[in-house]
Amino acid sequence: MRTQTLTYRRAIYNALDRLLSEDENIIIMGEDITEYGGAFGVTSDLYRKYPKRIISTPISEGGFTGIAVGAAMTGFRVIVEIMFMDFITLATDQIVNHAANIHYMYGGQLTCPVVIRTPAGGYRGYGVSHSQTLEACFMSVPGLKIVAPASVSDAYGLLLSSVYDNNPVLFIEHKLLYNMEVEFDFDTEPVPLGRARIVREGRDVTLVSHSYGVHLGSTALEELLSEGIDVELIDLRTLKPLDIDTVVESVRKTGRLVYLEEGNVFGGVGGEVVSQVVERCLPYIDGRILRVGKADVPIPASISGEREVLPDIERVKEAVKSSLSWS
Amino acid sequence: MKREELIQLYSKALLIRLFEEKVDWLFSRGRLWGTTHLCIGQEAVAVGVISCIRRADYVVSTHRGHGHLIAKGADIKLLFAELLGRREGYCMGKGGTQHLCVKDVNFLGTNGITGGGIPIATGAALSIKLRDEDRIAVCFFGDGASNQGAFHESLNMASVWGLPILYVCENNMYGMSTRFSMVSKYEDVAKRACAYGIESTIVDGMDIEKVYSTTEKILSKVRNGSPFLLEAKTYRFCGHSKSDPRLYRTRDEEDEWKRKDPIAQIEKKLLEILPEKELHAIRESLRNTIEESYRYAEEECKELDKDEALRGAYAYTNAYVSQGDIQCPR
Ligand SMILES: Cc1ncc(C[n+]2csc(CCOP(=O)(O)OP(=O)(O)O)c2C)c(N)n1
Repeated sequence: MRTQTLTYRRAIYNALDRLLSEDENIIIMGEDITEYGGAFGVTSDLYRKYPKRIISTPISEGGFTGIAVGAAMTGFRVIVEIMFMDFITLATDQIVNHAANIHYMYGGQLTCPVVIRTPAGGYRGYGVSHSQTLEACFMSVPGLKIVAPASVSDAYGLLLSSVYDNNPVLFIEHKLLYNMEVEFDFDTEPVPLGRARIVREGRDVTLVSHSYGVHLGSTALEELLSEGIDVELIDLRTLKPLDIDTVVESVRKTGRLVYLEEGNVFGGVGGEVVSQVVERCLPYIDGRILRVGKADVPIPASISGEREVLPDIERVKEAVKSSLSWS
Repeated sequence: MKREELIQLYSKALLIRLFEEKVDWLFSRGRLWGTTHLCIGQEAVAVGVISCIRRADYVVSTHRGHGHLIAKGADIKLLFAELLGRREGYCMGKGGTQHLCVKDVNFLGTNGITGGGIPIATGAALSIKLRDEDRIAVCFFGDGASNQGAFHESLNMASVWGLPILYVCENNMYGMSTRFSMVSKYEDVAKRACAYGIESTIVDGMDIEKVYSTTEKILSKVRNGSPFLLEAKTYRFCGHSKSDPRLYRTRDEEDEWKRKDPIAQIEKKLLEILPEKELHAIRESLRNTIEESYRYAEEECKELDKDEALRGAYAYTNAYVSQGDIQCPR
């Protein structure tokens, strides 16, 4: 085993490096991804190794995402970097109306392998336009896959699978995770899309999350354990396709479900997961089903305000405790 | 222009006209479902431009795209099948008039989003440049679409990166009911090109020969990696789509443009060098093609069935093999 401590940021860099070296039909497009190294330093010096295939673009998210779609329809696998997830709104026409539909609407004649990498998330005082977690907005778009790695090895392994997938993939990174460092095994294999990971097994409550939420959940879980509550934590890893079977199996065991996400609770990912669980295992439910996430307001810049609006460990613990009973 | 060439251009344009007339007729009888945007009156642009390019060249089209696709070499049978929602159609009946793609002839789609195809065509041109291929991309769009951000962003990137792409604006003076002069200070879309350092020219879009010869001259530049914007002044003779009483323009204006009918113009020229009888024979043979193609689609093709309607949202991807290598399906 070749191991080394590695950050989430560097794991993504390594995956990109491996992809670019394996297949010359892979290109990367985005703003400030050459000398600047990307707004979060992910692409770093890749432009030196692959000068033709790291394409620094003007500030035209809609335009270059469309260009990525056109390049993908004509044989490239394109990785697009959208600097902040908030800016994805400018590229939405190309993602929702074009990329996601191409395989279906053209009767299978063409595919559109575009991966849109983008950092989401708040807790940094950046305010409304640089803090959002918008994956839920894309959940109802058929033809699109949505991936949101929480761990270093998943960031690496899921990115490999996403780029070699023949469909458009929204690949959501988290700003607070970039510096997270762990022991990394360089023989890590691609992680298949659509399989959740049980982070920790437990008896009492099933706590499901994705992206940064997994880390909030994991801290809450440790604290709850000292209070005698045994939580099973599941990281969805891929939101679409959704590995609901793993969640259902867990809820059949624990009888309880809490969904935790950083995005809006109203209209969020949790709503979908909870509905599917209720459809499939209502007789097993033994306690309130709860969702924890962002309040239905924009994200304020002030520290205290942001803490109020975004989910925190206390609220996760409260929800887990409430889920133990019906009252 | 040589006789044979002229006949070819004429036949292509007339085929488009007859196809569109048939589609119009089918709609009026309730035999087609959905909507349609006919290009009657604008055939010279599609035929003039596309007759100059090769099969390998990519074409990206608009919501008003039947003409572009026919000029690029679509089989009328499969085109009718698609419009009728049949499985044998180019896109299995899933795409319909605004989402038509024919991979075989490198036609990358009509497009239901005004301006949506412009970046896509630009992306195809980027592919060509990165692979150093001997082909170009041709991107059709309307005057209305030139007010989308996608137009401006695309032209800018094509220029900065030196992409082999020909942008063709079919300026028919209206986007639905909106007269271009009401939404643009300049009436010429071509003027916008200079803001991006792109060369442009304006051509009479009612004259097939002129469109053809102008395009021919431009193409060597495009093939050398200089994007170009060609604006064709044209007119759609019918309404915007299926139901449009055309209250926003006068019948006088329409009559004036109809006097420049591109097909009548070329017919007149042909009559000087061809006996009427031969022209008649061409017309009849094209009419037969249309009727026979429609009959095939209507009688011999199957409806898109339930299973197929639910299939295909995702493309198949091979699972990776476990040794750490990924099978990259292509
Ligand atoms: C994004 C978007 N906005 C509006 C429409 C509705 N629409 C369809 S065609 C059209 C007019 C387009 O005008 P133009 O680009 O000049 O093309 P023309 O119809 O004249 O060929 C409009 C507004 C649409 N399909 N997509």
